[in-house]
Amino acid sequence: MKHVLDFERPVIDLREKISELKKLTEEKDIDLAEEISTLEERLEKLEHDVYTNLKPWDRVQMARHPERPTTLDYVNHLFDGFLEMYGDRHFGDDPAIIGGIAKFEGAPVTVIGHQRGKHTKENIYRNFGMPHPEGYRKALRLMKQAEKFGRPVITFIDTKGAYPGKAAEERGQSEAIARNLMEMAGLDVPVICVVIGEGGSGGALGIGIGDKILMLENATYSVISPEGAASILWKDAAYAKQAAESMKITSYDLEQLNIIDELIPEIMGGAHKEIENQAEILKPYLRSSLEELSAMDNEQRLEKRYEKYKNIGAYAAIEI
Amino acid sequence: MFRDMFGKKKRYNSVPSKKSRKNVPEGLMQKCPGCKKIFYRKELNRNLFVCPHCDYHVNLTAYERIEQLSDAGSFEEWDENLETTNILGFPEYEEKLEKDKDKTDLKEAIVTGKLTIGDAPAAVAVMDSRFRMGSMGAVVGEKIARAVERARKESLPFIIFTASGGARMQEGVVSLMQMGKTAIALERHSRAGLLFISVMTHPTTGGVTASFASLGDYNFAEPRALIGFAGRRIIEQTIREKLPKDFQTSEFLLEHGQLDRIIHRHELKSILGNVLDMHRTGGESNETRA
Repeated sequence: MKHVLDFERPVIDLREKISELKKLTEEKDIDLAEEISTLEERLEKLEHDVYTNLKPWDRVQMARHPERPTTLDYVNHLFDGFLEMYGDRHFGDDPAIIGGIAKFEGAPVTVIGHQRGKHTKENIYRNFGMPHPEGYRKALRLMKQAEKFGRPVITFIDTKGAYPGKAAEERGQSEAIARNLMEMAGLDVPVICVVIGEGGSGGALGIGIGDKILMLENATYSVISPEGAASILWKDAAYAKQAAESMKITSYDLEQLNIIDELIPEIMGGAHKEIENQAEILKPYLRSSLEELSAMDNEQRLEKRYEKYKNIGAYAAIEI
Repeated sequence: MFRDMFGKKKRYNSVPSKKSRKNVPEGLMQKCPGCKKIFYRKELNRNLFVCPHCDYHVNLTAYERIEQLSDAGSFEEWDENLETTNILGFPEYEEKLEKDKDKTDLKEAIVTGKLTIGDAPAAVAVMDSRFRMGSMGAVVGEKIARAVERARKESLPFIIFTASGGARMQEGVVSLMQMGKTAIALERHSRAGLLFISVMTHPTTGGVTASFASLGDYNFAEPRALIGFAGRRIIEQTIREKLPKDFQTSEFLLEHGQLDRIIHRHELKSILGNVLDMHRTGGESNETRA
């Protein structure tokens, strides 16, 4: 049984009804062709209505969809010969962040991304895609390696957040993330970040500073989960839906706020419907970003990166 | 009378909340959040707002901090005209800002500028936890980034005193991106060979800890400050166990190798002056690329 989201229910119900009618036609030999085609038309319209009018909260569900493509899905479809590298060289390896070298259309790149699981066992192994400091330090090690060999870095962002655990604090979760922000700011190679699922707070940003920020249509990016915001602001996690609306967490919001550079359209009904096609949609965006960034010299690129972040935010300057 | 006012109210006794401090008449008396003893504000002030009884470091306002550290008359404020706007149109945000402006006489949760400490000049940013819990919104990020940039252009060291609950919820992802904005400014400052000192004070948490607070060439902290990434309650819920009492304190961080030193407030000015003095030559531009 496929995982069904609440807002999709009417679409699924109608689809089931149509297939029942079809079955009836076959078994009982009654001609229902007319009814079926009316319903099919209605289904098409309904699908369009439902999927093109997604509310922020619907997109949160979409971004968290258990079948939503993960970093490894995109890596497998977009790159050749991905060779994963493990470990931070200090403490251990963190399966919640993966990284390695691969070729994108013939040219070597370093690929890094949060990795969550698609079922319970894998999720436990991946710690639900919530990294420890080792994950960020592994990512940094691989980025510095990319810098040494002059190859671009592509990161995939998909995490609820950095893991809020005792050991993570003891080993310097804050420092690990902070260090990455600063190092990524000065990395001498093109850096492209793609938000593919949930962009959860500092844990997302820890591999998320770059020249180009791309974001899938139904991905989210926020400072805290809607549930977390609701419990802080209204002392009740049940207000998550309102929080999702107020916090401006969708790709369309981020485009408007000038935080992302490209909004990548998704397959009707979400990226998980056709993973391979979704990767194909993403591909030209990666290609053009890489071409644009590779054409700049380092100084120019760093200057643009600096300006990009400098300009995020708004404020009023008053007369004193 | 005092017994009536403060006695037996156990539930107020565990956390030094803003509420309990408000119970004390402003200006005359102040209760130590550590040991609950009441002191004349004057007496506390003379002791740099360190409790004479239990050594608790009472939170300072931004201007109190500046006054304690700077050579008399040396402070020059920067960008004091920047004010917060409701970027996301978040419900009830303006009202909250107005309330804090009235309460604190500040425009935002940070004061930036230039000062000298023992004759050594430095750019400085001081957070004030009374304003929206010192949380980081666009103006806090902007003022830090501007101060760092100006410090770089004037070849000055940069010192920050953090006191923050983390991100500003009402500014959502814009608040989050201030982590990037401040880090990228500090990266340039660092690449120019300039000194950055971070002094973490109570409390320093969330996105502030995970960005500029942890990026000092020297990361210092005041004693017994709460410093951490995730909130204690969240961690306890996640791992389903009680955390030790000293978890996420300065002392805990020092023990786990996350701090260079814990500095008592009585020594802060002289140690900062010393460190600045030892880096005086570091200020010349060893910038290799712009």
